[in-house]
Amino acid sequence: MSIIIRGGRIIDPANHLDAISDLYIRDGRIAAIGEAPTGFTADSEIDANGKWVLPGLVDLQARLREPGQKHKGTIASETAAAAASGITTLCCPPDTSPVIDNPAVAAQIAHRAEASGKARVLPIGALTQGLEGEHLASMQALHTAGCQVMGNAHRPITSTLVQRRALEYAATLGLTVFINAEDPWLVADGCIHDGQVSTRLGLAGIPECAEIIALSRDLILIEQTGVRAHFGQLSSARAIALIADAKARGLNVTADVSAHQLYLTDLDIGDFNSLCHVRPPLRSQRDRDGLRQALAEGVINAVCSDHQPHDRDAKLAPFAATEPGISALETLLPLTLRLVEEGVMDLYNAISRITCEPAQILGIEAGRLTPGISADICIVEPDHHWEISEETLISNGKNTPFLGWEMKGRVSHTLLEGKQVYPF
Amino acid sequence: MTINNLQLDTNGKLRHFLTIEGLKKQHLTEILDLAESFASVSGQSVKKVPLLRGKTIINLFFETSTRTRTTFELAANRLSADVQSINIATSATSKGESLLDMLHNLEAMHCDLFVVRHADSGAANFIAKHVAPHVSVINAGDGRHAHPTQAMLDMFTIRRHKGEFHNLKVAIVGDILHSRVARSQIHALNTLGVGELRVIGPKTLIPRTFSKMGVHIFHDMQLGLEDVDVVIMLRLQKERMQGALLPSEGEYFQRYGLTEEKLAAAKPDAIVMHPGPINRGVEIASSVADGPHSVILEQVSNGLAVRMAVMSMVLGRHPGADSSGEDHRL
Repeated sequence: MSIIIRGGRIIDPANHLDAISDLYIRDGRIAAIGEAPTGFTADSEIDANGKWVLPGLVDLQARLREPGQKHKGTIASETAAAAASGITTLCCPPDTSPVIDNPAVAAQIAHRAEASGKARVLPIGALTQGLEGEHLASMQALHTAGCQVMGNAHRPITSTLVQRRALEYAATLGLTVFINAEDPWLVADGCIHDGQVSTRLGLAGIPECAEIIALSRDLILIEQTGVRAHFGQLSSARAIALIADAKARGLNVTADVSAHQLYLTDLDIGDFNSLCHVRPPLRSQRDRDGLRQALAEGVINAVCSDHQPHDRDAKLAPFAATEPGISALETLLPLTLRLVEEGVMDLYNAISRITCEPAQILGIEAGRLTPGISADICIVEPDHHWEISEETLISNGKNTPFLGWEMKGRVSHTLLEGKQVYPF
Repeated sequence: MTINNLQLDTNGKLRHFLTIEGLKKQHLTEILDLAESFASVSGQSVKKVPLLRGKTIINLFFETSTRTRTTFELAANRLSADVQSINIATSATSKGESLLDMLHNLEAMHCDLFVVRHADSGAANFIAKHVAPHVSVINAGDGRHAHPTQAMLDMFTIRRHKGEFHNLKVAIVGDILHSRVARSQIHALNTLGVGELRVIGPKTLIPRTFSKMGVHIFHDMQLGLEDVDVVIMLRLQKERMQGALLPSEGEYFQRYGLTEEKLAAAKPDAIVMHPGPINRGVEIASSVADGPHSVILEQVSNGLAVRMAVMSMVLGRHPGADSSGEDHRL
C-alpha cells in the first residue's frame, strides 16, 4: 500500500523542515519527502494543497476510562476522538480499574487499542502496587509488556522513603518516571485554587504550595537517585521556576502542561461552573501567563490534553461533589495553534510541543517525519474556523469548558502507520 | 456575570435568593423595608396575612437545623402558604437517589418555592440552575458559601439600632474561613456602604485572601474592637480543634472570646450580635451574651420578618402589588 500526500506545507520541527512538498508512504512507513523514491507507484493520493502536513500528535496524558469506567468512555470511543484530532500516540495513566500494575492489564489495553486501530496507546505502568504507595510494582515486567514509562498517576506516594526507593528502582532499570506533584496533606478536601475565587465561593482551596512542596521534595530525590523524571500537568508559575532551576543544575527532568491551563484561570469558574473543575486546579492569571512563557522558552517541553471524559452526571452536582477533568483530546491541537495566533510562540515551536518533544520524553520514534519510521501523520486545514459543540465532539465525554469557543485549524486526515484512521 | 442574572428576572426583581453578592443596594433596602412592614404583623394578635395563599413551599434541609428551619416554616405559615419540611439526611438521597431526581419529583408536585440548606458550597445555585422555570429557590445556607437570609436579618437588626450604615464600624469575630454567615454579611455590609468592616481572628481562620473582599483583617481582638459600633460574634465549631486550626477552646476564649473587658474597647453604645446557637465560654461570655449590649434574641425574632419579606419577594407578591406582577416574572 503506497500513498502520496501531494502539495502540502510539510512542517516537521524535529527535522527542521518547513516546505511545500510531497510526502511518500510505503508499507506503513515514510518513504521519502520531495523526490519520489525509485520505483514508487501510488495506490492512492491525498491532495494537501493549502494544508499543513504534520507529524501525528503525541499526547502524554489521556484517560480512556477502560478498563473500569466504560460508562464514561472506551478505548474504541476515545481513540476515535484522538484520530479525529490528529493524535496518533497517547499515554494512558495507570489509574484504571484494575490498575496497570501488572503485565496482564497493560497487555489487555494494548490489545484493545490494536483492535480498534485508531491510535497507538502507550499504557503508563504503576510505580507502586495498586498505586497505594507501599510496595513497588513489577516495573521490569510492565516494561516488557509495553509500558514505556512509570508513574503513580494522581495518587501521590506519601512516604518519602517509598518514593525514594521507587525512583531508585526505576533508575536501575533506566525507566523514566512520570510525576504529578501534589502534596496530599495540603490538598486535603480542596477542589479549586486557593485564592480570591475560593474565598468568595466558600470552596476549600488547593494552595499553590501543595505543588511546590511536592515538586521540591521530588527534585531532591531525583538528584539523589539520578532517575529521569517528567512532571506532568504543572499548574503554577513558581513550579516552573523550580523546573528551570533543576534543568540549569543539570537534572534530567522535563515537564508538560495541559492545554486548558494555558487559557483558563480560577476566574473562569464564575458561579460554580463544574466544567472548570480540574486537578490540579486552574490557578491565577499570573500562573497562566507564567506557564505560557515557560512553554515558549522551552522550560515546559510539551503540551498534553489531560483528557478526562465524563458521563453527564459526573458534572451535575454542587461543585465540590462533581468529578474533576475535561474532555480534551479534540481541543489539544486547536488550543496549541491558538497560542501562535495570540503571539505566545511561533508555529514551529508550537508544533514541536505536541509532536517531537513529547516523543522524546517517551523515548519513542514518533512525532517526526523522518523517512523510514512509521507514517503517523496529521493533515490540517489551517484556516478552517469551527465551533466546539457537543455535536462536534466525538469523545463520549462532552465535558469541556470550551463549548462555544471558535477554533481555527481543523484536522482533515489522520494516518496511523500509513493507514487512514480519519476520516473514519 | 450569570451570578447576577440567575437570581434576578428580566425586570431586575428577585427571582431566587441565593447570595448577596451581585445584588444592588436597592435590592437589600427593599428587603429591609418590606421586613419592617412585616415586623409589625408579628406583633399583632392575628399574625397571618394572606399574601401567599395557595402557594406551596418546600423546605429542603440536607443539613440539620432547628432555628432556621422553624423560622422559615413560621414565615411561610404567617404568609398563608402551604409548607412542608423535608430532612434529607433521613430521606431519599441517602438511598442513592440523585439530587436532581429528587428535585424533579418534588417539582412534579407543583410546588412554587424551595428553601434549601445543603453542606456543599454552590448547592442552592446548582438547584436554581436546574429547577423548572416557575420554581424559585431561597438559599438557607450552602456550605461555606452563603447564608443570605441570616445576613439580611443581621442587617435589619443593625439598621433598627444604628440607622444608616455609612458611618458605622463593624467587626466580625471568629471562624471567618468556614463561615457562610460571615461571607454573606461581608457582601451585605459592603453593598450597604458600611463605614469600616473588620474581621478578627487567628490566621488559621482568616486567609489573607479575605482582604480582597473589602475587609480589614485584625489578629488582635483589642485593636480590632477599638471604636466599633457593632460586634458580630461567630459560632466556633468543635471540629476546629481536630484539624489543628486551634489548640483548645480555652485558648481561643482567652484570645478571641468576647468578654466585658474586651468589649470595653468598642463604642459605649456598641451592640453585640451572634447568629446562634452560642457556645457560652467559647466565643462569648455569658455576661456579654445576656448583657445590655446583646441583641442576640432580637436577631431571632427579626429573622421571621426578613424571611417573610424574601419569600414574598421571590414569589412576586409584595403587599399591594397586583397579580400581574407574577405574569412578567414568568
